[in-house]
Amino acid sequence: MLEPVKVSLEALNLATLMPMLVAIAGGLIILIVDLLKENLHKSLYVMLTLLILIIDLGTTVGFSGNEKGFFDLMLIDGISVVTQIIILVASMLFIPLALTSKRFHEYSYPEFFALFLFMLAGLQFMVATSNLILIFIGLETSSLALYTLIALHNRANSFEAAVKYFTMGALAAGFFVMGSAILYGVSGSLELNQIADVLQLRLSDTGILALSIAGAGFLLAAFAFKLSLFPFHTWAPDVYEGASAPLAGFMSVVPKLVAFIVAMRIFEMFIKLNIEWVQTTILALSVATMTLANIMALVQKDVKRMLAYSSISHAGFVMSAIAIATTKANSAIFLYYGLFLFTNFGAFTMLWVSRHKHRVHHERYDHPYEKFSGMIHIMPIGAVVMALFMLSLAGVPPFSVFWGKIYIMSAAVDVGMVWLAIIMGLNSAVSAYYYLKLIVYMFLKEPTHATSKETVYFNISKPLMTILGITVFATVSSMFFVQPLLDYITHMVQISGF
Amino acid sequence: MEHILTILIFFPLLAGILGFIVEKESARAYGISVAAIEFILSLWLWFSFDINSADMQFTEFLPVIKEFGISYNVGVDGISLFIVIMSTMITLIGIISLNEEKIDNMKNMIVSLLFLEMTMVGVFVALDAIMFYLFWELSLVPMLYIIGAWGGPTRVYAAVKFFLYTFAGSLIMLVGLLSIAYLYHLETSVWTFNLLDWYQLDLSVNLQYWLFLALFVGFAFKVPMFPFHTWLPHAHGQAPTIGSVILAAVLLKMGTYGFVRFSLPLFPDASVEMIPMVTVLSIIMIIYTAMVAFAQKDMKQVIAYSSVSHMGIIMIGVFAMNAEGITGSIFQMLSHGMVSGALFLLVGIIYERTGTKTMSKFGGLASIMPVYATIFGVMLMASVGLPLTIGFVGEFLVLLGFYEVSPIATVIAGTSIIIGAIYMLSLFKKSFFGEVTNESNRSLKDLNARELTALLPLVAIVVWLGIYPKPILKPIDNSVQKLLTDMEYKARTPEAKKRIISIQRAKEEK
Repeated sequence: MLEPVKVSLEALNLATLMPMLVAIAGGLIILIVDLLKENLHKSLYVMLTLLILIIDLGTTVGFSGNEKGFFDLMLIDGISVVTQIIILVASMLFIPLALTSKRFHEYSYPEFFALFLFMLAGLQFMVATSNLILIFIGLETSSLALYTLIALHNRANSFEAAVKYFTMGALAAGFFVMGSAILYGVSGSLELNQIADVLQLRLSDTGILALSIAGAGFLLAAFAFKLSLFPFHTWAPDVYEGASAPLAGFMSVVPKLVAFIVAMRIFEMFIKLNIEWVQTTILALSVATMTLANIMALVQKDVKRMLAYSSISHAGFVMSAIAIATTKANSAIFLYYGLFLFTNFGAFTMLWVSRHKHRVHHERYDHPYEKFSGMIHIMPIGAVVMALFMLSLAGVPPFSVFWGKIYIMSAAVDVGMVWLAIIMGLNSAVSAYYYLKLIVYMFLKEPTHATSKETVYFNISKPLMTILGITVFATVSSMFFVQPLLDYITHMVQISGF
Repeated sequence: MEHILTILIFFPLLAGILGFIVEKESARAYGISVAAIEFILSLWLWFSFDINSADMQFTEFLPVIKEFGISYNVGVDGISLFIVIMSTMITLIGIISLNEEKIDNMKNMIVSLLFLEMTMVGVFVALDAIMFYLFWELSLVPMLYIIGAWGGPTRVYAAVKFFLYTFAGSLIMLVGLLSIAYLYHLETSVWTFNLLDWYQLDLSVNLQYWLFLALFVGFAFKVPMFPFHTWLPHAHGQAPTIGSVILAAVLLKMGTYGFVRFSLPLFPDASVEMIPMVTVLSIIMIIYTAMVAFAQKDMKQVIAYSSVSHMGIIMIGVFAMNAEGITGSIFQMLSHGMVSGALFLLVGIIYERTGTKTMSKFGGLASIMPVYATIFGVMLMASVGLPLTIGFVGEFLVLLGFYEVSPIATVIAGTSIIIGAIYMLSLFKKSFFGEVTNESNRSLKDLNARELTALLPLVAIVVWLGIYPKPILKPIDNSVQKLLTDMEYKARTPEAKKRIISIQRAKEEK
């Protein structure tokens, strides 16, 4: 007869589940509210979601690091806390963007907000564990919710985007499972630190090295899909174009950051095991990604596609931090995304402000460059705000992204990879061209006949202006909060042992 | 006034932001008032400056990102003092010279100029490498807008080219700065970007060599050294008058200032080792652009190329490694700023009146516009380097200093004065002397009060400093002496020790 398993509730450490539970419960509450009374205005759901996010943030901030629960399945260490905070802040900026002055299809469904919260729970699970199975479950939960969110935008190219993303995501999931299976086969465990221990012992055995490389290769491919690294980046521009602008902005920051954290846990294990192949491949991928995406971005005719390629390039930039694998480089990932978040989100918000139901300026694109031409004459403040975002993305000091860039470049120089820092610098110079192109259109060209206050400020509302205000403020004044941010991040990364 | 430098940097920024609220019609008056206050503040800086001290004065220090060693750190010494004053003066004169009838959207112009003024002052007083880099990069943005919005037919191309070239160069420089910070960290386990701390850093010759090259790329694009100069003729050709004035007078000086402030004291051995390379590039730049200037048909292009040619003189002065050369080149930066600024203003004036800058369209202007011709003549003489004008002092000191490095190169560089005289005088002859070739020019009006207000102070300074340069040379010389002493102390190789001639050594040898 089997012994009954006795587990005390305290050993489970239920508190580690709190953040995710808040998000899931919040999603259920929204669904219940909808059941009780139909046709409530979206503003109710927006505020409800916002409150849930605040509670979620409150429970997350409470962790001081390195708490384990559920037989070590849950791991709330420093980096997972920082990531969750960034995710939640980004979500708080994202949700109010539903309050546009024009009606959009997806926000009339409360399910949108419920799905969003479920997706958040999935993402939070992904970063709060070092178990490959739980990572996989989190990945799938969040991805499936995200596909639906994209499709809810209800246009032909949104469906196309969702299907494309879904297919690619399924392939990536396949790769992930295969990679995990190989690692399980080699080590007999799905816990990353146990895998590391076993590999450490057995690495010199015949065949183990090849198998670990195969496992790392599959996992790398899976994450390259998620992070839209070259050559797995082709879905990104179409998906961003099909998704609504806020969602595209959200996708360019949050799921990527989460994928970066998981990549950090997995691949730095390999790098610490001195499997050089992993480091070399990641470096090659990151250099190829930032360079090629930059070149592709040069020829785009649509601002949203340009921003999509620019996000790919930024992801490539940050990916090299994984290969550098020092505490400084790992802190730089958070600093970069923490700052990039505001700027990139602001830029996508500007696109959202000018989004039309129909394509006024171009039969193929929603946001062709011509749409913004001569904006300085029509709405000077909007043009200046957008120009600030562009300069920041190009890495002009003292705007936010510059501090992230300089920190990663400095981390590269520290480990002797000066060539990498130079490539990063040259890529920033190339990227300046396409960001400048938009500035040139806005400031130096005459307005086209179709451009007027009405067309560019189509969607504007108080909540959107507030979000723009917050993002601009953060972009411009970043210089003054980099110091505390960096202190906090470095502390959190250090106590997690990265 | 302990915080005068902070006030000098951020007063134009604040004024620029408030300038958005000022009514369009009053924008120019607002701009003049702000620039005048700024100029007076910078004069105040001069009067409260201790001219007998060679050290950094009015320093302020405030950590910004402690973890990473970035701080708000400013200070001024004899080298930067006068460049700051020149920047504020040129801005003031530039704004005075703006013609309200010709420039639409005056408010945006004033705001851009004020932002630009902040970055210019910032670059020259920054003592933190990241602060320096920050202002350096920021200065591109208003200039991009000024060229792109008010320039000629292909202005957008010229503006973007200007931006991208300098931006690309400076990112390489940034890698260099980060490497220095890292090396400092290795040595002392402290992160800092404080330039004065960096001066204490002892680097191996090989490292100096690579770091010098990294910074060289950034500075050379800005100067612009041959072969990085290709963006400049476009920028000048398309820029509005005010853009060319500020570009030639102040923005180019950022590059040569960078060499004096960063390259020489940080890498004395590499600097000495690089003298041949810099000399060759500078001589090519001097002779080649002077000849190109002679071939131009457009008056503004002549001035633009002559301006590049004179920057070459400044460059060899910096690398003369003795007090005469470096003091002379800093003085030459000032004189070049005044003179080329004035020349661009003058070309702008005739362009506003006739709508053309082509020399063949003019002729006999001297009889129609005598005052204009006189001022043009004075500036032209100063540009050529006639004794008793400001141009002579700097050029003479530079050549004197460089003679100790290489007599042959000095002679070749000296011929540039002759070539300069050729193209400048032929320009003057074609446009001002002889019969009036173009009848429609007969009705041209001579300078009006606005233009005279802008130009006469420059004429006065050109003559005053040409006759009596001592009040300016003295403080510059003090700080240059200190720079050389530090360099000599820091130099590792015997060759560098021999080459760098500080005043103490010079005395001992006597």
